Amino acid sequence: MPEATVPAEGVRVGVAAGADGRRRVSVCAGTACVFAGSMKIHEAFAAEIAAAGLQDQVEVSIIGCHGLCSQGPLAVVSDGDTYYPRLKLKDVKTVVEEHLLGGQVVDGLLYVDPATGERIACAHDIPFYKAQTRIALRDVGVIDPESLDEYLARGGYEAARKALTTMTPEQIRAEILDSGLRGRGGAGFPTGMKWKFAAASPGDVKYIICNGDEGDPGAFMDASIMDGDPHAVLEGMLIGSYAIGAHEGYIYVRAEYPLAVKRLRLAIAAAEERGLLGDDALGSGWSFHLKIKEGAGAFVCGEETALIASIEGKRGMPRTRPPFPAASGLWGKPTNINNVETWANVPWIVANGAAAYAAYGNDTCKGTKAFSLAGKIVNGGLAEVPMGSTLRHVIFDVGGGIKDGKKFKAVQLGGPSGGCVPASLLDTPVDYESLAATGAIVGSGGMVVADETTCMVDLAKYFLQFTQNESCGKCVPCRLGTKRMLEILERITAGEGEEGDVERLESMAVNIKRTSLCGLGQTAPNPVLTTIRYFRDEYLAHIDDRRCPALSCEALIAYTIDPDACTGCTLCAKKCPVDAATGEKKRPHIIDQGLCIRCDACRVACKFDAVKIVSGPEEIAAAVRTQRT
Amino acid sequence: MPRREATPAPADAAAAAPEPDVDLSRVAELVAEIDPRGNLIALLQRTQDAYGYLPEPVVDEIARLSGIPASRLYGIITFYAQFTTVPTGRHKCFVCHGTACHVAGATRITEALEQELLVADGETRADREVGLDSVACMGACSQAPVMRIDEETYGNLSADETRKIARKLLAQIVAEQGGGSDA
Repeated sequence: MPEATVPAEGVRVGVAAGADGRRRVSVCAGTACVFAGSMKIHEAFAAEIAAAGLQDQVEVSIIGCHGLCSQGPLAVVSDGDTYYPRLKLKDVKTVVEEHLLGGQVVDGLLYVDPATGERIACAHDIPFYKAQTRIALRDVGVIDPESLDEYLARGGYEAARKALTTMTPEQIRAEILDSGLRGRGGAGFPTGMKWKFAAASPGDVKYIICNGDEGDPGAFMDASIMDGDPHAVLEGMLIGSYAIGAHEGYIYVRAEYPLAVKRLRLAIAAAEERGLLGDDALGSGWSFHLKIKEGAGAFVCGEETALIASIEGKRGMPRTRPPFPAASGLWGKPTNINNVETWANVPWIVANGAAAYAAYGNDTCKGTKAFSLAGKIVNGGLAEVPMGSTLRHVIFDVGGGIKDGKKFKAVQLGGPSGGCVPASLLDTPVDYESLAATGAIVGSGGMVVADETTCMVDLAKYFLQFTQNESCGKCVPCRLGTKRMLEILERITAGEGEEGDVERLESMAVNIKRTSLCGLGQTAPNPVLTTIRYFRDEYLAHIDDRRCPALSCEALIAYTIDPDACTGCTLCAKKCPVDAATGEKKRPHIIDQGLCIRCDACRVACKFDAVKIVSGPEEIAAAVRTQRT
Repeated sequence: MPRREATPAPADAAAAAPEPDVDLSRVAELVAEIDPRGNLIALLQRTQDAYGYLPEPVVDEIARLSGIPASRLYGIITFYAQFTTVPTGRHKCFVCHGTACHVAGATRITEALEQELLVADGETRADREVGLDSVACMGACSQAPVMRIDEETYGNLSADETRKIARKLLAQIVAEQGGGSDA
C-alpha cells in the first residue's frame, strides 16, 4: 500500500453479543451464504441449541454479509468471535456440543489459511479481514440487520442526533466536503459539492434519493449494505435531508434484490415507530419521510435521470443534462441523488469528523471503498480498503490470489461500463484518476478476476451483450452501434473473424462513446477497448489462427482423450449427455467430434486428467489423430 | 442476457397464449389501492403479482379505470424486464448470468437445463409447467455458477449436477400430475 494510506485498524469485523449478554451464534444470511444453504444451518443451530437445553444461554441470530462469501455457509460464535466456515448440517451438532456445551473450540472445523495451512480461530485474525478497513461496511456482518436495537447499541443514529440538534446544514455540508467523500456509485463527483448545489437551488420542495439500482453483474456491495445494515443508509439520508433541505426521500432498489427491499421496509417502519424518522425526527423538529421504490428490471435506471423517470412511473430513459437534478429533478424539483455506499459513509463522517475520514486514502481520493471480489479469486466476497490501495493489495492480500494455483490474467473493474486491467498494471492504486488512466474505472466496485482460462474476447462479448440488451434505445449510436459491435465479436468468437475486425471495433467504439447521451452508451465500448488495448494478440489469434488461447470459445476448441493417460474407467462415457465419449472398459476412450457438444462434463469427471481441450485447426486435427481405443 | 441459440424445444409461444377468461374484479381493487398517477410501476408490479402475468384484458381494464392510455401502459410494460404479457411456467428456473457466473460456465448450466427440461431459454413450455430464464446477477458471485428453481437456490453448480436437479424436477412434475395434486 502507498504511504499515504493509514494502516487498517480499529474498524474490524466482530459480531455483536446478545443484547442481554447471552452468548450468540451469528449465521451469515448474505446472499451468497443463503445460496450455499445458510438458512438450513440457521435452523439446525436453533434446533440443536434447543435440544441441548441451551436456549436461555445462547441465542441464534442472522447477520448480513460477513464478507468472505467463498467460505459460506458460515457462522461466528460470539465468544472470541470464533469463525466456523463452510459448515455442513452435521457440523452444527458438533459445534453445539463441543463449543457451546463443552467450551472447546472445534479445531477441525476452523478456517484454514490457504497460504500457511494454519488453522485460525478468531475472525479478526484471518488475513482477508485483517487487510481491510471497514467504514461503509462497519456494521455489515456484525449486527442483526432486522434489529434496530442492535444498530442503536453500536452508536446508531447518534450521528444524526448530533447533526440535527447541534449542527447547521452549512456545517454538515462543509464536513462532508472536507472529508473528501466522492460518489461511490462510480462517477466520483464530490458529495459535498453535490449537496451544496441541491441546497442552493431555489424552491421549498426538494427531494433526496438513494440509488440502490446496483445493476453491474458481479457487484453486490450495495445489496450487502442495504440488506446487512439498512439503518446506515436511513441515517445517512436523514442527515443529508437536513443538510440539503429536503423533507422527502426515496430509496430506489433494484428489482432483483427482494431481501434488501424487505429489510429496508422493516428498518423504515422501526425507525418511524421510535421517532427517528418522520415528523419531528429525533425530537429535533426536522421532518423527513422516506419511501421505497422498487425497480422493475432495467440496468439503465442506474443513470440518475433515468432513475428519476422510473420513480415518476415512466419508462426509465435518460434525458439531456443540464438541467441537472440538483436544479430540476424528481417532478421538476431540486433533487440530490447519491449511491447506497455514499449514504452509508455519511453517519461515520459526521460522528468521527471529516479529518478522520480524510486520513484514509491518497491525494486525490479520500476514505475507503467497498469492493465485491468475484471470479477466479480465492477469497471471493465483500471487502473494503482505503482508497489508493493497489490492485495487488486488494487481489492478493485481501483476495488471497488466484484459485486453483492458476495465473492472474486480468481484473475487470466496474462491470459493463468498466474495463480490464492486466497483470502488468497490478500496482495501480485504486482511485478514480489512476484507474481511469488504465481505461478502466472504479465504478461501483465490482472486481471480477480472470485467470488464464478466461477468454478476453469472450469476456468483452459478454459485457457488450449485456449493454446491448440494456440499451434503452434512445440514441442510435448506442442502440445500433453496440449491436453491430456485438455481431463482429460473435463472428470472431465463432471463428469467422475477418482481417480489419479489430480496427472496425476500435473505430465504432470511439464513435459510440462520443455520440451517446448517457453513461451507458458512453461507457459500453470500454470492455472492448481495454481488452483490445491489453490483449490484442488474443483477438488476432481468434481471427488469424482460428484459435482461442484460453481454450474457452466453443466453436474453436475440441475435446479429445489422451490414450496414454486414459485408464478406461468409463466415467466420461457415463457422464456424457450425448454419448460422444465411448470406449470399452479398461481401454482408452475416444470422443466423437461430430457428436460432442463441448459441455465439459467429461473433463470435469475425469480423475486422470486424460480429457484435453485443444484449439486451432492443426492442433485439433493432431489431437484427434492421437485418439485411439 | 447472454444467450446462445435456443435448443429445439416443443415450447411454442403461440401455444402459451393468454387464457381468455380473466377475473377483472381484482383490477379495480388494486387501482383503488394504488394511485396510478406516479405509482404506475408499483401498480403494474402488484397486478402482475396477483395474476402471475399481465393479460391483455387486465391491462385494458387498468387503462379504462385510470384513464391512462393502454399504449402508455405497454410502453412501460415492454420497457422493464420484470413485466411479462404471457403466462409464466408453474415452476420457474432462473440461471444467473452475472459476470462471475459467466466466467464460471453459466452458459453450460442454461444449456443443460434447456436439454433436460425441453424448454428454450427465455421461454415457457407449452404445457406451462416449466419456464426458463436468465437473470443479470443474483449477487451470490462467490457461489458461481448459481441458479434458482422456484424458492430453492443452488450454488457451485456443474453441468452434470444441473442435469440431475432438472431430472428431479421433471420427476416431481410427473408425480404432481399423476397424483392429481395440481391445483
